[in-house]
Amino acid sequence: MLRFLLQRIATIVPTLLFVSMLIFGLQQLLPGDPARVLAGEDQDPSVVAYLRAKLHLDEPLPVRYLYWLNGVLHGDLGESLRIQKSVLELIAEKLPVTLQLAVMAMMVALTIGVAMGILSAVKKDTVWDYAANVVALWGLSTPNFWLGIMLILLVSVNLGWLPASGFVSPFEDLAANLKSMIMPAFVLGNAIAAVLMRHTRSAMLQVLNADYVRTARAKGLEERVVVLKHALRNALIPIVTLGALEFGTLFSGAVLTEQVFSIPGFGKLIVDAVFNRDYAVVQGVVLFTATAYVGLNLLADLAYFLINPRMRG
Amino acid sequence: MFAADVAPADRRPWRRALRKLWRRRGAMLGLAFVVFFVLLAILAPWLSPQDPLATSWSAVRKAPSAAHWFGTDEIGRDVLSRVIWGARASLLAGLVSVGISLAIGLPLGLFAGYVGRWPDALISRMTDAMLACPFLILAIALAAFLGPSLTNAMVAIGVAATPVFIRLTRAQVLSVKVEDYVEAARAVGNSHLRIALRHVLPNILPPVIVQGTLAIAAAVIAEASLSFLGLGQQPPLPSWGSMLNTAKNYVENAPWMAVWPGLSIFLLVLSFNLLGDGLRDALDPRQA
Repeated sequence: MLRFLLQRIATIVPTLLFVSMLIFGLQQLLPGDPARVLAGEDQDPSVVAYLRAKLHLDEPLPVRYLYWLNGVLHGDLGESLRIQKSVLELIAEKLPVTLQLAVMAMMVALTIGVAMGILSAVKKDTVWDYAANVVALWGLSTPNFWLGIMLILLVSVNLGWLPASGFVSPFEDLAANLKSMIMPAFVLGNAIAAVLMRHTRSAMLQVLNADYVRTARAKGLEERVVVLKHALRNALIPIVTLGALEFGTLFSGAVLTEQVFSIPGFGKLIVDAVFNRDYAVVQGVVLFTATAYVGLNLLADLAYFLINPRMRG
Repeated sequence: MFAADVAPADRRPWRRALRKLWRRRGAMLGLAFVVFFVLLAILAPWLSPQDPLATSWSAVRKAPSAAHWFGTDEIGRDVLSRVIWGARASLLAGLVSVGISLAIGLPLGLFAGYVGRWPDALISRMTDAMLACPFLILAIALAAFLGPSLTNAMVAIGVAATPVFIRLTRAQVLSVKVEDYVEAARAVGNSHLRIALRHVLPNILPPVIVQGTLAIAAAVIAEASLSFLGLGQQPPLPSWGSMLNTAKNYVENAPWMAVWPGLSIFLLVLSFNLLGDGLRDALDPRQA
């Protein structure tokens, strides 16, 4: 276990180093003098001079990178020029909102995706299988921001069941919070449900043909017990780890979903930062997301290692 | 089975794959829609009933009618004309982005897989780093630093999608380069470049083609997403994503503004997904 963990960490360190170079490199894409661009439209000479000194722009590129990396390693992701707050503070402020959305979306995705995947595999080549595949293809091909707008039209405007946009903190009013998050969570979970459905189907088909499932059937066990207890338990191993890997899709999707439903989360933070030319925030969000993704990957690998006895053999 | 038993056509894997593709109704439906959208994009100047940029203050947010089949938008522009012209931005973004990904990813993956050792380790770590950044977030960041425009959005999407192609190509090369025919080519004294380009490359193409088709679908959605956020095609030029961005503000009074561009994205993406799925089955040698 410890050896496996150390091996994985050994590959993560260079990956994170390259991630940091990539994100630092983004700044080099800015046309012209970065200090002037970062200073905004006013280009106040004192701000330009401050940025020039802070970003060490008179130093060679590798030295600037080392300064930046040193800051990042000490938790300094920079400062938002517009909001006058540290980037880390901003991320900490917005992250819980997006995490709630992501967790709810994953619950939607797991419920729909796994159920449809099981149905599709058990009823292979029947109308149920085709229907599930059509639904999955629909999920994969529908842009979630369009689905969001259409649901607002149907559920909020025409039926008046749920609020069209906005966010209420769960600490203020839990019921109102859930009401405001159900639709965005469904929209965000939709595409991931399609991916999970396809993986569940293929994992279940593999497992349903395995010898131990045949043995379970031969013993005269009920089909429901065979499917849910013997087959699904084993098929779920790769699906659980896949769930962690879909984190990237969740965060990408959250950017658009939060925009449609005006949810003040992580996604909205990066979009607002882009339009405010608040580049430190953009860099900070990408760096944070990438690091979180790498961390979740590690956790998924560990979970896989712990769940799957063959990995430990 | 003896060689003489094999029909001549079956000896040509590409022809066999095309025949299999032809038999798949879903893939053919996808192909038909792709051709439809390509024609729509090419023939936009002739098919479009009105100028997509022409505004009319007397026809603001008019519901679909005989004069405007898909209705009009918030400044009286014809939605049908803008949807037709919008096909250009979407298809262009899909094809150019994937072209960029292939142009960078294929040679790098081929090089990493074929040469191995430290160049492979270096390229693989760089690929892992890019894959760690969620695709759309990386594309947003790149587009933000490059500046908002359709060209920059295509570059951003292309670069953000590259690591998938590097990884896929590298994995394919690793399995192909130990095959007997590559060993034989090496034994008769072919140069490494010739072996890589003449013997390895053609044999790794099927999965790359499948991935390319599915990547076009992802790129179309990504372009629409960036345009929706204001980082792609800039107004007043038509793009399905930017049309949806405006439409979301008028969903109560003018829902048609959102229905048609969204439906177009959905159909185009679905078509490429159907085609990609069909190609995957047709090019899979295990599915004889």
